[in-house]
Amino acid sequence: MKTLVWVEHDNTNMKDATLAAVTAASKLGEVHVLVAGEGCAAVGEQAAKIAGVAKVHVADDAAYGHGLAENVAPLIVDLMGHHDAFIASATTTGKNIAPRVAALLDVMQISEVLSVIDENTFTRPIYAGAAIATVKTSDAKKVLTIRGTAFEKAEAEGGSAEIEAIGSSGDKGLSSFVGAEIATSARPELTSAKIIVSGGRALANGENFHALIEPLADKLGAAVGASRAAVDAGYAPNDYQVGQTGKIVAPEVYIAVGISGAIQHLAGMKDSKVIVAINKDEDAPIFQVADIGLVGDLFKVVPELTEKL
Amino acid sequence: MKVVVPVKRVLDYNVKPRVKADGTGVDLANVKMSMNPFDEIAVEEALRLREKGAATEVIVVSIGEPKSQDTLRTALAMGADRAILITHEGGVEPLGVAKLLAKVVEEEQPGLVILGKQAIDDDNNQTGQMLAALLGWAQGTFASKVEIDGERVKVTREVDGGLETLDLKMPAIVTTDLRLNEPRYASLPNIMKAKSKPLANKTPADYGVDVTARLSVVSVEEPPKRQAGAKVADVDELVMKLKAMGVAK
Repeated sequence: MKTLVWVEHDNTNMKDATLAAVTAASKLGEVHVLVAGEGCAAVGEQAAKIAGVAKVHVADDAAYGHGLAENVAPLIVDLMGHHDAFIASATTTGKNIAPRVAALLDVMQISEVLSVIDENTFTRPIYAGAAIATVKTSDAKKVLTIRGTAFEKAEAEGGSAEIEAIGSSGDKGLSSFVGAEIATSARPELTSAKIIVSGGRALANGENFHALIEPLADKLGAAVGASRAAVDAGYAPNDYQVGQTGKIVAPEVYIAVGISGAIQHLAGMKDSKVIVAINKDEDAPIFQVADIGLVGDLFKVVPELTEKL
Repeated sequence: MKVVVPVKRVLDYNVKPRVKADGTGVDLANVKMSMNPFDEIAVEEALRLREKGAATEVIVVSIGEPKSQDTLRTALAMGADRAILITHEGGVEPLGVAKLLAKVVEEEQPGLVILGKQAIDDDNNQTGQMLAALLGWAQGTFASKVEIDGERVKVTREVDGGLETLDLKMPAIVTTDLRLNEPRYASLPNIMKAKSKPLANKTPADYGVDVTARLSVVSVEEPPKRQAGAKVADVDELVMKLKAMGVAK
């Protein structure tokens, strides 16, 4: 089976999400990757070095500069004449593009795949991860998005794939990019961080979030996350949100501070290797999944912890 | 301009799903069902567009078992003008739903279709994108802001790392993210009024759409359970444990 993998990038650097998608694809057979962008030659070279990749298709055109689904999907559909499966990581980019590709191919997509059982059978979470479904597809071509935390990352170095430039299918004229506000942070990226310190509603305001959560994270070299309640209340930006509707993370250590542990939040972090919970309510559901729990007032405990580390 | 809003009846988000002992699915017998939260946001946004004069009529559509009528009545009580119920026993996959919605769109000719970004039961996050593909329309997914300007719509999207704004040609598809708006509650008089609003009953056959499932569910299981660990007495003990794990020096 020949599988085409979507390379996620910002036209200069390939993103880590791609590496997990390559691992998932390698379970199906030969792996080809697609770099679609504008001025993205460097990304093509990075992709060619991923271990296990047989071929890199590079489509360099202004129409692909911002990954607009309307322009990118027809390009992928063209390539699917020579591929049996398309895989993207379940990032906001992958989730935006892949279903458009699936519908154009008249196939059902399988979202957030956790494991590949055979070339037609996959497992995926449903109901915010409260259940795991094993599904079998009857479609000839497969379109999958994969959950990055469920697959090991392929080695970024060591491969030497052939790079082939492919033509553009052009700008469909349906949409255009206006602008972006991307939060800049010196901290590790949330979805690939080894340690995450996450804050919840109990922090009571944005100042406390800055004053308590961030210094602890910095001390540990950790990324900062938040519960939906903390984001909705404006304590932290939207893209910090961990959960069913935010990011899915599985770091080595997840420290939940002032987070009760609603199922929608657990959906985003319960695959973390070690969960540490700090909460003053000893009956909070978070303690049912936490490996290490500390019952106490976060306003006293967190500064003390930061101090003693 | 008409706005079409698809809504789905799902297990209420506060209910803890229980996997059936025979592994065929999640037990939905005698549990509270509600409108998918993202769809409430979609209905709210359509109503706000109508209140601003940007939309003339809000049509809500649901596909599923006959009880989905309750979900449509909820949307009508929030303020939608009329409803279409496409009855089908058993689930319909996003591809089938998108094909049915494409037919509804052909009939109704809306300027916008606003959908939730995902349903909280199957967590697919596909239907809006698929509908956009089938119609050849632009898509503004995971929207946290929607501004109509003549024949264009500007959509601010929640993406990994921040926000992104796109300019889309209308007609277009928008899917809602959590922070687009705060949905209103239906008042009692409006719930009463909703009972007399028009609701058309259809079937997939009326639209000539084959909704045969492409995926078969082999089994549904509970995820591996985490064992609750130990509680520590104080910060010193926590620091010790973190150090033992190599997290801190």
